[in-house]
Amino acid sequence: MDGNLNALTTVFTEFYYWVTVVFMFLIHVGFCMYEVGASRARNHMHTLMKNIMIIPLVTVTFFFFGWWIYWAFPNFWIFGGSLDLESGAANLPWSENMGTNLGDRITGVFWAAFLLFSWTAASIVSGSVIERIRSSALWVHAVLIGSVFWIIDAAWGWHYAGWMVQKLGYHDAYASGVIHAIAGGYALGVLMVLGPRIGKFAKDGTPRDIPPHNPWLLTIGIFLIYTGFWGFYAACNVPAISPEAIGGQITGTTWTATNIYLAPTSLSAITFNFLMSLSGGLMAAYVVSKGDAFWTFSGGLAGIITASAGNDLYHPIQAMIIGAVGVVIVYKLHYWVERRFKLDDAVGAVAVHGYAGFVGLVISGFVLWGVPSSPFEGYATINPLGQFLGAVIMFFVLGFLPGFVVSKLQAKAGVLRIPEEVELQGLDYAEHHAYEDAKAQIIDADRAALAAKS
Amino acid sequence: MSTIGYESWAVDLADVGAVYPFQGWEVAMTIIGVAFWLGWHRIQFVREGKHLEEARQMGERDKIEKMLERY
Repeated sequence: MDGNLNALTTVFTEFYYWVTVVFMFLIHVGFCMYEVGASRARNHMHTLMKNIMIIPLVTVTFFFFGWWIYWAFPNFWIFGGSLDLESGAANLPWSENMGTNLGDRITGVFWAAFLLFSWTAASIVSGSVIERIRSSALWVHAVLIGSVFWIIDAAWGWHYAGWMVQKLGYHDAYASGVIHAIAGGYALGVLMVLGPRIGKFAKDGTPRDIPPHNPWLLTIGIFLIYTGFWGFYAACNVPAISPEAIGGQITGTTWTATNIYLAPTSLSAITFNFLMSLSGGLMAAYVVSKGDAFWTFSGGLAGIITASAGNDLYHPIQAMIIGAVGVVIVYKLHYWVERRFKLDDAVGAVAVHGYAGFVGLVISGFVLWGVPSSPFEGYATINPLGQFLGAVIMFFVLGFLPGFVVSKLQAKAGVLRIPEEVELQGLDYAEHHAYEDAKAQIIDADRAALAAKS
Repeated sequence: MSTIGYESWAVDLADVGAVYPFQGWEVAMTIIGVAFWLGWHRIQFVREGKHLEEARQMGERDKIEKMLERY
């Protein structure tokens, strides 16, 4: 680190990403609380363990190959592009950059920021399939969405040199598509094969509500997701960079924060827009759901997700209206799909993440029409067709399709769904009995000890 | 055509101010935003009034007494 300014910028950037990672951990805490709150008492521990084990499994696989994919895949294999082995080499698990290295203070925190996005993508899928999927099956999906498919989409559409940015003008600053649409699409693919929980639909096909076991846990869970989402937003920015370091068309010497494409924005802008889209989502969800508490809370999240593609540039009122519009579409679509396809999405993840992300990308194509997608020359500008194609790639091609195909294979091998008997007695049945037996034994032992003393 | 007024980032950022879409329409956007907010209050007042009117007809004495004891 030559010079005080360079040293200060490097250490600031290192610390900045580190803080975002700590904040983003709250997203996972929130997802765990939400899932456990939504599940019935007889499934609590399995529901929790299913989500917790996403953390180590996605972390190690993201270290082994996920991070390499991001750097090697931006132009692979679309339009004759090839693997970028040179950029990839520095991010292989045996590279010197992937360890304690005083010459590289950024890779570790940048890797971790992306990793926390990976956990989120996997966790979104995890919530929708509770109470009937085998943990072993879900954990394979977690690795695939967290360390393969989302990071391929990030290389293509969330990288300053990704082919989708260059050719389509794809713009998705805070991950409406690259995290939410893909994860929602993936969850939909799994759900189509997995089927609903016992009792979800009456014989005539009418859906039944399966109320959450613990609404307060669920409420705190979603508020923690909101909190972690602040970190997520900050993590999507480069905090401070000079035009010279960007190396694009920007002239002069004025430093700026940028989005992931290295195009200028500010932390102030995204703070405005985060809060206004949250508010638009909450208000619209309250009205459209007629005051249903959980749809209102989820609507806040869906509002942010809908506006996220363009929240680096929107005016706050635009962010509010877009968040509100998105929520109305998402709510209506959720119930239409549930009735039409008999889909049991236990936490509404397909709607809140998938549909909101898709709709957000499409809307941003119109509102940001003609805006430069990148500071580099020759890139397509943002446009409705590019954003629509991007949404299709995220939701269907990299999300729905792999989720559906892998689930079909798992179903064929008999390793996707738990047996019906276990679903009825509860996944925690054995643990409950072991707990009661252990409790009875220790009470007997204590009583015997007390009797021996008297 | 670009909704933010810039068709490329070949600019000196020292000379750049607002970059949100549809600059010049701030007052119109504010009117729409305020209408959304006031409309929300109107819908909510009407709905809550209707809900409370329905709710006051619903209570059964023995269940209400149990609720009071439950605290």
